[in-house]
Amino acid sequence: MGRFQNITLLKKIIINIPILILFVSVLNEFDFNYLETKYFSFNFPFILIFYWSLKKSEILGYGYIFIAGLINDVVIGFPMGISSFCYLLICGFAAYLRNITLRPNIFQDWFFFLFTILVTNSLMYSLLVLFFDFELYYNNLLLNLLFTFLLYIVFAYIFEIYHKLVFGKSHD
Amino acid sequence: MEPSRDDFVIAIRSAFLNKSNKQRFSLIGLIFFSLLLLILGRFNLTVINYTKIVIKETAYRSSFIISGPENFVKKIYYNIESHFELYDDYVNNKKKLQDFKVQKLENDFILSENIRLKKIINDYVIESEEIIAKVLIDKKSPFLRSVVLNKGSRSKIKLGMAVLENNYLVGKIVEVNYLTSRALLLSDLNSKIPVSIEPGNIQSILSGTGKNKGIIQYFKEEKDITGESIVYTSGSGEIFKEGIPIGKIVSSKTKTTYDEEKENDTKIIFFSDFSQLQFVKIVAFKKDNN
Repeated sequence: MGRFQNITLLKKIIINIPILILFVSVLNEFDFNYLETKYFSFNFPFILIFYWSLKKSEILGYGYIFIAGLINDVVIGFPMGISSFCYLLICGFAAYLRNITLRPNIFQDWFFFLFTILVTNSLMYSLLVLFFDFELYYNNLLLNLLFTFLLYIVFAYIFEIYHKLVFGKSHD
Repeated sequence: MEPSRDDFVIAIRSAFLNKSNKQRFSLIGLIFFSLLLLILGRFNLTVINYTKIVIKETAYRSSFIISGPENFVKKIYYNIESHFELYDDYVNNKKKLQDFKVQKLENDFILSENIRLKKIINDYVIESEEIIAKVLIDKKSPFLRSVVLNKGSRSKIKLGMAVLENNYLVGKIVEVNYLTSRALLLSDLNSKIPVSIEPGNIQSILSGTGKNKGIIQYFKEEKDITGESIVYTSGSGEIFKEGIPIGKIVSSKTKTTYDEEKENDTKIIFFSDFSQLQFVKIVAFKKDNN
């Protein structure tokens, strides 16, 4: 009986890995900033949220994404609510893409992801600059966008493998 | 064209308004709630402030625990890096130590003389009790240079207190919670500190760049600054006491902008390495009434 419960728990953990990674990434940002590589940074939660909202939206609940955004704001020091707003917008864009797509194509997703992060980041940083008097270093911001876009394809392949292993081949 | 426009509207409505079977909350509802939080955050409401403090305390502690493995990797990375530079550092330090020994004797004399003279003109500034704090979170984000410290209002931390490392200024407290606080580093784009450049007593404003360097923004008067000039706090605005060392000038030039206005481009290297902060000293300064 105990062994059976352990297996159920392990199964639950494996299924919920994307949520766990999301919370770990907002609490501990996977961005390798400590390497101090000049101009290199990327936004991992954007990739994770977009991919899973597109491929299997029930994995990342909107409530969890909202909470993850709040935590991200607290850790980074942004006004509370701004990251949640962006994350949920990304979910909206992904849901829209899912609704209009008949035959999923990774490159189409990739370029739609670029459009999504351009819109959400523009909104986010416009709000920060106009209403919260933040000063930004625009070169860094653009490079962050570029690396986030480039790394999407890499993480998409990794998530695809996980998806196939855990949920089988079919997508939504 | 009409059907495709309809499709677009249906897809948008379905994406944002329809609550999917397996989602507990509606997307548009949560988006509006995030915006409401943002708007309420602008006002100083007690309920919102308390909610913020609870979320912050929980997130900071959780982040510290979850950052454990990454901090371990980071530590190994820095250790390996410092081992490669060990011998060169040793030779340089040995040479510097000799010079410092001589300078310290001179400094001790000047310091005691300074205290005596300031007491005469009633401008002697004393420091509050030093509070040593540990750096809990240091994200090194390119957009916001700040660190979270493990001391808050319970340890009598107040907004605006100076944050020092080895007696070098590294930032100031910009957010205080019950058990934690956030220090904005001098390298942040939003950091503006009144400074004095010596020799020459040039008054100016030091601004962060988002990188590990600072820039001198405004000069009250245009004077030549040499590459060896040292930047201290000026004490203007009574935020910090004057004379806290910050960094040294590494390059100084004046460039002309598109509007043909002369713009200063003086870069400063900070004495403290902001990427290596582990423990900091938090102090407040006030005038001695005796």
